[in-house]
Amino acid sequence: MAKRSFLIPGVDKRLLIKDSIKTMPEVSRRRFIAGGASLGALTLLTGCDVIDSSSAEEMLKSVSKFNDAVQAFIFNPDALAPTFPESAITKPFPFNAYYDLDDAPDVDGADWKLEVRGLVDNKKSWTLPELYKLPQVTQITRHICVEGWSAIGSWTGTPMRDFLKLIGADTRAKYVWFQCADKDGYNSPLDMRTALHPQTQMTFKYANEILPRAYGFPMKIRVPTKLGFKNPKYVVSMEVTNDYKGGYWEDQGYNSFSGS
Amino acid sequence: MSSLTVTDEQVGSTPAKVIQPAWVRVMHWINALAMILMILSGWQIYNASPLFGFSFPRDYTLGGWLGGGLLWHFAAMWLVMINGLAYLVTGLATGRFRKKLLPITPSGVLHDVRAALTFKLGHADLTVYNYVQRVLYAGIILIGVIIVLSGLGMWKPVQLHWLVSLFGDYPTARYIHFFCMAAICAFLVIHVLLALLVPKSLRAMIIGR
Repeated sequence: MAKRSFLIPGVDKRLLIKDSIKTMPEVSRRRFIAGGASLGALTLLTGCDVIDSSSAEEMLKSVSKFNDAVQAFIFNPDALAPTFPESAITKPFPFNAYYDLDDAPDVDGADWKLEVRGLVDNKKSWTLPELYKLPQVTQITRHICVEGWSAIGSWTGTPMRDFLKLIGADTRAKYVWFQCADKDGYNSPLDMRTALHPQTQMTFKYANEILPRAYGFPMKIRVPTKLGFKNPKYVVSMEVTNDYKGGYWEDQGYNSFSGS
Repeated sequence: MSSLTVTDEQVGSTPAKVIQPAWVRVMHWINALAMILMILSGWQIYNASPLFGFSFPRDYTLGGWLGGGLLWHFAAMWLVMINGLAYLVTGLATGRFRKKLLPITPSGVLHDVRAALTFKLGHADLTVYNYVQRVLYAGIILIGVIIVLSGLGMWKPVQLHWLVSLFGDYPTARYIHFFCMAAICAFLVIHVLLALLVPKSLRAMIIGR
């Protein structure tokens, strides 16, 4: 879940820009995707009528879909993200979202249940104590934000592929689609091959402590082979599906595969 | 050649020497477009998380917001990579790089830089690159290779983690990518300025002679 960072030392100047982007209504954001070069460089250079930005936007969307296919082709399900020693962990690890920490979902762990839907044999919901009993592993990997910054963190949880096996998921399905407790309904699709990657994790702890609110309590999906915004926090449900259901940022133009 | 009564024979027998073959001209202008798209969208991406205490003016960025900048960057990258690869292969295969850019000697460079700064560098024969040109053109090809490799490494830091290791680590690759961009911008300024000072070189890059 990328977008705005607050706690990275020395880079807060960008908040100015981010704020101005945030205040832009979504429609104009989209319109700007294509027409945003207000110096008119494109019109000048290509002679195309970029004012008719819909054609440029369609072109960019097609290329982004093509890039999804290229990335899926490049993706090696056995290639592991580099791991690091504890000494390399970034402190403090940045809180990052498109809202302030005060506005982050405040989930009551006692009431929370992970809902499981779609192409799975066992659709029972899981309470937190039930999930905590599953075997857990720790990884220290680099989180890379779509914005360009990165930070190394320590995440502990259950490998997603073990859980998918446990619930009898149809792993031939195309996606695992996550929904989150964020009030705008954050969601994000994860391609099945990445969901089955050995390092893709249902995360319950950060730095060996129960996942704090800032990092996605009660559960985050840690995917070290994807950009940060495809690492959903505050997850409330997962659905195994063959349908592409879109995602919060994917629908706004971030490349959907966004694999590393 | 200023005679008004040139015969067909004369025209045929003294064709103007081709300075820039067609493939160089086509690839040059494709690259020029691709570079502008990459730089302006790159500035947009930079602004999302600046490495230094400044941002690029919004008017000089492409895409409107980070998502748009990324779409442009990852679309134009194909133009850069395919055109760049074709350029490298053709340049090496035809011997153009060897013939035009080599040798580069320190004394030659020193001499021509001094001449250039005092406006004494001759441009009588555009088919032979002086040492300032050789250094700049060879250098920018190298920078082009490094910026593409560092960019690929940042795009695929897991699948191509060996490429990231080559630059140190992910954050270092980001800095290198940035400095290569800065070098390309500096080259662009000098390159355009010199082309305007010697307009026939610009003409050669358009019509070939």
